[in-house]
Amino acid sequence: MNLNMTLIGELIAFIVFVLFCMKFVWPPLNNAIEARQKKIADGLAAGERAEKDLELAQAKIADELNDAKAQASEIIAQAKKRAEETIDDGKKRGEQEREKLIAAGQAEIKAERNRVREELRKQVAVLAVAGAEKIIEREIDKDAHSDIVEKLVAEL
Amino acid sequence: MAASDELTLTGHIQHHLTNARMCNTEDGIAFNKACEDMGFWVWHIDTLAWSIGLGILFLVIFRRAASRADTGVPGKFQCFIEMVVDFVGDNVRDTFHVKSKLIAPLALTIFVWVFLMNLMDLVPVDFLPAFAGWIGETAFGMDPQNVYMKVVPTTDLNMTAALALGVFFLMIGYGIKMKGVGGFIKELTLHPFSSNNMFVQIILIPFNLILELIALVSKPFSLALRLFGNLYAGELIFILIGAIGLMQLPLHFVWAVFHILVIVLQAFVFMMLTIVYLSMAASESH
Repeated sequence: MNLNMTLIGELIAFIVFVLFCMKFVWPPLNNAIEARQKKIADGLAAGERAEKDLELAQAKIADELNDAKAQASEIIAQAKKRAEETIDDGKKRGEQEREKLIAAGQAEIKAERNRVREELRKQVAVLAVAGAEKIIEREIDKDAHSDIVEKLVAEL
Repeated sequence: MAASDELTLTGHIQHHLTNARMCNTEDGIAFNKACEDMGFWVWHIDTLAWSIGLGILFLVIFRRAASRADTGVPGKFQCFIEMVVDFVGDNVRDTFHVKSKLIAPLALTIFVWVFLMNLMDLVPVDFLPAFAGWIGETAFGMDPQNVYMKVVPTTDLNMTAALALGVFFLMIGYGIKMKGVGGFIKELTLHPFSSNNMFVQIILIPFNLILELIALVSKPFSLALRLFGNLYAGELIFILIGAIGLMQLPLHFVWAVFHILVIVLQAFVFMMLTIVYLSMAASESH
């Protein structure tokens, strides 16, 4: 077990191996490991951020949906109200129109009736007078009894 | 057993625990028994070959993963390599607070390299030595008893001592870099006993120096001997189990399962202690 030249040989080999490892093995491996660690950490962080973004977006969507729903129902309510108003308006106007038309019609009818009555009265008066003239031509004097005829006509 | 019948158990174990040696004698390059008298000037070629081979395997695998690394979705191989890297990186960040380009790759190299070398312990003990013996016999006409092959580099004290020595140099280097030469010497001489009195302080310096030097030197010693001791003992038990005949199978299985833990744990401990020692050396005072 005596020490000999092997010791020197192994010492040189050891130094050479360590130097080789230091130059060509350790730095690239360590750099790759560290770079990958960074990449993974970045990826995880990005994933987390994306998740948070998604959550925010979903919350925003829900908000906007609620807004839109509220707006829609409001619009619908307004439209209903407007429609009701319009219908009510139309009804009222129709009614007024009808009443007006009816009133106008009645007035016209009345006027017509009056006119017709007047005419009839005149004609009846004329006819009555004519009849009476014919009947009582011989007995009564036209001028003497015209007041009676007039009275009769007025009564018609 | 791959060995011949007249081989004793001791001889078998001895054969397993001997490295293949190579040295430069006056007659040129010589191997094994011829190198017994060469003292320090011997190479353990099996330790060198296996450890450097495994080190290159480590670098090739990790270099491939590194060149493919991008920020896209990683494949399973890529993921596995990056998990190992991240595991080491986490340990370094938790323990070593000074910014450094060297510590993390150093820890990664130690962890994976030591792990791979320890892993060789799970290859059945007779398999590779017998194979080497067969090659030596058929290709080179050698006696297989003279072909040695110890496949676990961390059971060779030279290997673990080399690692510990590298860490030791770094400890001193970091200490000097962070505190300056003066600060480093001050740390060795003015702790743990200190006094406001100049004269007493000067007297205390040798004691401090002895204590601190022991503390400093014991770190690489403990690093080297812990790894070597654990793996050497594990290997020895594998060899003993392998020598008892058919009964070895259940025993071998149980020991191998337990040894998986030792293999990973010792690699981890070596890496962790390296980081801790370096962070102690780099921190202001302890």
